[in-house]
Amino acid sequence: MKLTLAEVEHIAQLARLELSAAEKELYRQQLSAILDYAARLQALDTSGIPPTASVLPPRSVLREDEPRPGLPIEEVLRNAAQIDDHQFRVPPVLE
Amino acid sequence: MTALSQLTAREALEALELGRISSMELTRACIQQIDRLEPGVHAFITRTSEQALSQALAADTLRAEARQSGQPVPPLLGLPLVVKDILALSGVRCTCGSRILEHFVPPYTATSVQRLLDAGVVVLGKTNTDEYAMGSSTENSAYGRTFNPWDMSRVPGGSSGGSAAAVAARMAPVALGTDTGGSVRQPAAYCGVTGIKPTYGRVSRYGLVAYGSSLDSVGAFGRTAEDAAMLFSAMAGYDPLDATSMDAPVPAIQLNGDANLKGLRVGVPREYFISGMQPEVENGVKQAVKQLAALGASVREVHLPHTEYALPVYYLIAPAEASANLARYDGIRFGERKDGEVMWDIFYRTRGAGFGPEVKRRIMLGTYALSAGYYDAYYGQAQKVRTLIKRDFENAFQSVDVIATPVAPTTAFRAGEHSNDPLAMYLEDVFTLPTNLAGVPGLAFPVGFDKAGLPIGMQLMGPHFREDVLFRAAHAYQQVTDWHKRVPALAQ
Repeated sequence: MKLTLAEVEHIAQLARLELSAAEKELYRQQLSAILDYAARLQALDTSGIPPTASVLPPRSVLREDEPRPGLPIEEVLRNAAQIDDHQFRVPPVLE
Repeated sequence: MTALSQLTAREALEALELGRISSMELTRACIQQIDRLEPGVHAFITRTSEQALSQALAADTLRAEARQSGQPVPPLLGLPLVVKDILALSGVRCTCGSRILEHFVPPYTATSVQRLLDAGVVVLGKTNTDEYAMGSSTENSAYGRTFNPWDMSRVPGGSSGGSAAAVAARMAPVALGTDTGGSVRQPAAYCGVTGIKPTYGRVSRYGLVAYGSSLDSVGAFGRTAEDAAMLFSAMAGYDPLDATSMDAPVPAIQLNGDANLKGLRVGVPREYFISGMQPEVENGVKQAVKQLAALGASVREVHLPHTEYALPVYYLIAPAEASANLARYDGIRFGERKDGEVMWDIFYRTRGAGFGPEVKRRIMLGTYALSAGYYDAYYGQAQKVRTLIKRDFENAFQSVDVIATPVAPTTAFRAGEHSNDPLAMYLEDVFTLPTNLAGVPGLAFPVGFDKAGLPIGMQLMGPHFREDVLFRAAHAYQQVTDWHKRVPALAQ
């Protein structure tokens, strides 16, 4: 399994990660090696084996939808880089 | 009396109860020990000494009042604790070992931490971790690496290396850690302390910054099984704030001086004694199993045939979950931001600049495993093989109560040894990953030392929700051995 530079760039784009040229080359090599190692899973016959959805016994986790107090808005906004009138401020989404 | 920082949690709580020491004295002794050793060990990212002294004073006041009125006090009143810096404590910054959260101050407290605060603990600080708990050496922290108190050229293990090193160095009697693939047990083994990874869903994950949500567990460190059990008991149990927390009864863990393990069935899996492992580790664990037998346990061989697949399964599933969980770090609502003309630029630059190399590697790996065209072959297949691993444990626990194995193939390795080879680093977790994949509990504790003077750890694994059996077995072992009482030279 040898990843190409284009594949690495595609994954980085999906993950919204800015990578330097050196990082791209490093991850191209390292991810190829890790995926080679992981390829041994393909040899196992898993037909009829369900994927693990949860390690715990299935049970209902539904509850009544009752209103309850949330965190104060000032507390929630305190960690934001930019706020404006009790809202998160962001630049334009479209170019 | 021995120096107060050398006391176990049990000894400290007894001395507090008898009025022989105050929490102020105990807390000051821990702070002094930290002052003395922190420049070398570097166990902490953020210290909270002022706050700790206020909590200690309040604890002493409450205890004095309760003595007057005859009221009971919370079980851990006045006991110093350190907390891995990936669990939220309201008002104290929580970095997760990452630059991207350098100034993040959570507005709420993790349930696990809150339950210990309610039980009366004093918090000395937040401990170092591999960034977002991704690592096995505490070298991947943006705040510098932690050193192993037994040998400063070695790593303390990871990712909860700061907590394990702090407990080993007698900076605190007990600590909180988290374990997604071995991050409590492996540092416990490398640092010669006792660490519990509870059953998945046993301790609330609310306020634990998410890495691999189907694997993450909040765990505890102590220098004895008894101390780790005290912490575990105080924080276990259902929490409506975590939909995966289980509404299962938490049995009281009664540990006394009785070292009788008659009736306990111990399984030893051949698959956990692999070629290439350090012979002293293999011998140490085999000797410890003999000791369990000498205490009355019966020992038999068990098989966990899919063990060899746990590593590739984990390193597809955990990064896949991480790539989704870490999508939230976009520079908008919290965390450091790198500005850009349009919002996409903010995302790219913020994440490119804010995450370290291992986090980026796992995000890339996980994104690939989940991407169109590769999902079935990688993530989908890994989840099926995970079912086979889980079934291995179900089958084995038909015939035994606990499974005994090494914690890691070697004792603590040298800093920098695996820096350029991620796969070699991942192999350090080969014996601890399967429990996370199956959701079963695991306990690590010291069972010897190698020729270099480094601790050797044994792991006991049990069925879902049977942490009590693991604690009982390790406690019995610690009644008749004294490996857990050894102190690193620098901490004496």
